[in-house]
Amino acid sequence: MLNLAMQPMLATSFWGLLRTAGIGILMVLVAGVLIYAVLNIRTLARTFIEMPISVKLCALWLLIIVVAAVYAKVDTELLDHALPLQNPDDQGFNPETGVFEVREGNLTSTSEYWLGTDTLKRDTFSRIIHGAWVSIIVSLVSAAFGIIVGGFLGSLVGYVRGRTEMVIMTGIDIILAFPALILLLAMVSIFEVRSLTMISLVIGFLSIPAYTRVARATSLAVSNREFVHAAQAIGTKPTRILLQEVIPNVMPVMIAYAMVAAAAVIVIEGTLSFLGLSVQPPAATWGNMINLARGNIKVNVWQVLWPSIALTLTVLSLNQVGDWFQKRGAHRASGL
Amino acid sequence: MAKVIGIRVLRLVFTLFAVTVLTFLMTKLLPGDPINAILGTSSQRDPAVVERIRAELHLDDSIPSQYVRWLGDAVTGDLGYSYITDQPIADTIGQRAPVSAQLALMAIGLAVLMAIPIGVLGAYTQSRWPDALSSRFVQVALSVPNFIVGIFLIFFFAVKLEWLPASNWTRLERNLSNLPANLKTSIMPATALALSQMAIFSRLVRSDMIATLQENYVLSAKAKGLSNRFILFRHALRPSSFSLITIAGINFGALLGGTVVIERVFALPGLGSRLLSAIEQRDVLVIQGITVFIAVVYVVVNTLVDLFYTFIDPRIRRS
Repeated sequence: MLNLAMQPMLATSFWGLLRTAGIGILMVLVAGVLIYAVLNIRTLARTFIEMPISVKLCALWLLIIVVAAVYAKVDTELLDHALPLQNPDDQGFNPETGVFEVREGNLTSTSEYWLGTDTLKRDTFSRIIHGAWVSIIVSLVSAAFGIIVGGFLGSLVGYVRGRTEMVIMTGIDIILAFPALILLLAMVSIFEVRSLTMISLVIGFLSIPAYTRVARATSLAVSNREFVHAAQAIGTKPTRILLQEVIPNVMPVMIAYAMVAAAAVIVIEGTLSFLGLSVQPPAATWGNMINLARGNIKVNVWQVLWPSIALTLTVLSLNQVGDWFQKRGAHRASGL
Repeated sequence: MAKVIGIRVLRLVFTLFAVTVLTFLMTKLLPGDPINAILGTSSQRDPAVVERIRAELHLDDSIPSQYVRWLGDAVTGDLGYSYITDQPIADTIGQRAPVSAQLALMAIGLAVLMAIPIGVLGAYTQSRWPDALSSRFVQVALSVPNFIVGIFLIFFFAVKLEWLPASNWTRLERNLSNLPANLKTSIMPATALALSQMAIFSRLVRSDMIATLQENYVLSAKAKGLSNRFILFRHALRPSSFSLITIAGINFGALLGGTVVIERVFALPGLGSRLLSAIEQRDVLVIQGITVFIAVVYVVVNTLVDLFYTFIDPRIRRS
């Protein structure tokens, strides 16, 4: 009996610990990327100008989503809803008088509720912005896992080959032998806690194999290039070649791949939360908004449409921008 | 040829071993007593029931011997039974797998039918406006999650136009007598699944076709004065469809599990919806049974596709 009672407590502290560690690592990574972006602002601007108009629009949409989600998060976590944005969980309860204000659910857009309200009388616009947070975190974590772990493993096995490659790639192939969604569902079903931390870690872990494959293929090609042979000929240590020659040339490919992979991850997370198996309500996710609203699709189709548009546009944008980077990268590599 | 088949079969056996071990370990990975996972921690438990299950599942044996026993039972079609619904898991799978399989087959069929004309058009009008238009369409189709497609199909064809029912699956009879009724309930879910597959396939057909159209024999066919349509569909399509066949086969396996969401949207009695209800009830043995079934089918289908691919492509067959 004691064992049973202990389990939930243990579980929360376990996920709590992971959460703290995860936030720390993620903040360092994001800070690193931001510093890099500020230092290379000119290159970034030039890259943006190079994009065809449709890709530009997609990149802008992604920027808007990220800025909006951060704004919403700062509003709720740090400033206690001081910024001009509806509270995403507010159902019209007034704590001062202790009564619910008269408000309609399933509204279409009004001046106060830009995109209307959902069945539970909550502001849809605000929930969409808050829902973006979940998608962003999940795709960031999976990209971090994929690029760091998958990128390293793939570069390593592509360079050293031999038995290491066989062992690692067999492991990767076994994970890929499961249909992705089924493996994800099975893993999610094991854990009782359905928090953002758990979902991002599970999806992050499951993204490693695909990245490893891409990294290995790139690393195989890079390892046969003249500069690697030259480094080997002058007697550079293998570790040094791996870190200084191979990995820097694998990384650009990984980053372009990360955008396309993030699109798939956002669809997967949307699917999970549509099924009610991702971050639990009342937290807003695009998937659970669609699921809640589809029961009332006869009355108000807009409530299904808005989160669907947000989800689809984000996925489309990531695909477009990722594709563009991949094409440009391939073009550059062929010119080397 | 025999050697190729031998290697593939060996790999198949190894992968099946790994997949079954992983799925088997699912119930054992949890901290604490596996009985908690099987019965759920919150349910009222009778010590007699716990003892019975413990004996039935041989939970006191070592894990390898449990695995061997479980695998032996599974191979003979005994995956145990659900401790929540008291139904044998193999029966559940037997009833529900045909629904998912029919959906996956229809989706792949529809996707191939739509993808070939779109891909061929794209390759034929390469980088002119029909190609640009169709590739835009394909990019959008690739980006809409299938449950959203499903919901809006329901909205237009069931809610607004009232042409098709939104749920109530009609099970196909053996003699196909109720095929029209079955099609009425299966066409929307299959289309929802097919859209993204169509996008993947038409991209493949387009790029393979562009490569084929640069071959010399296409040039000589043109020089002979054969019509464009004849060249495209008779000369160029077959050599351009090898990767299409591979991916279609692999995705058929993946779709068996990928129907989960669509089964939920259309309330279909398939494997996926049972998997979801099992997850919601924390019915671990059912989750395990369905997962291992889908994974095994997926692995076997992949191997068959691989072999078929080596068989139909003379270039690979000879080498």
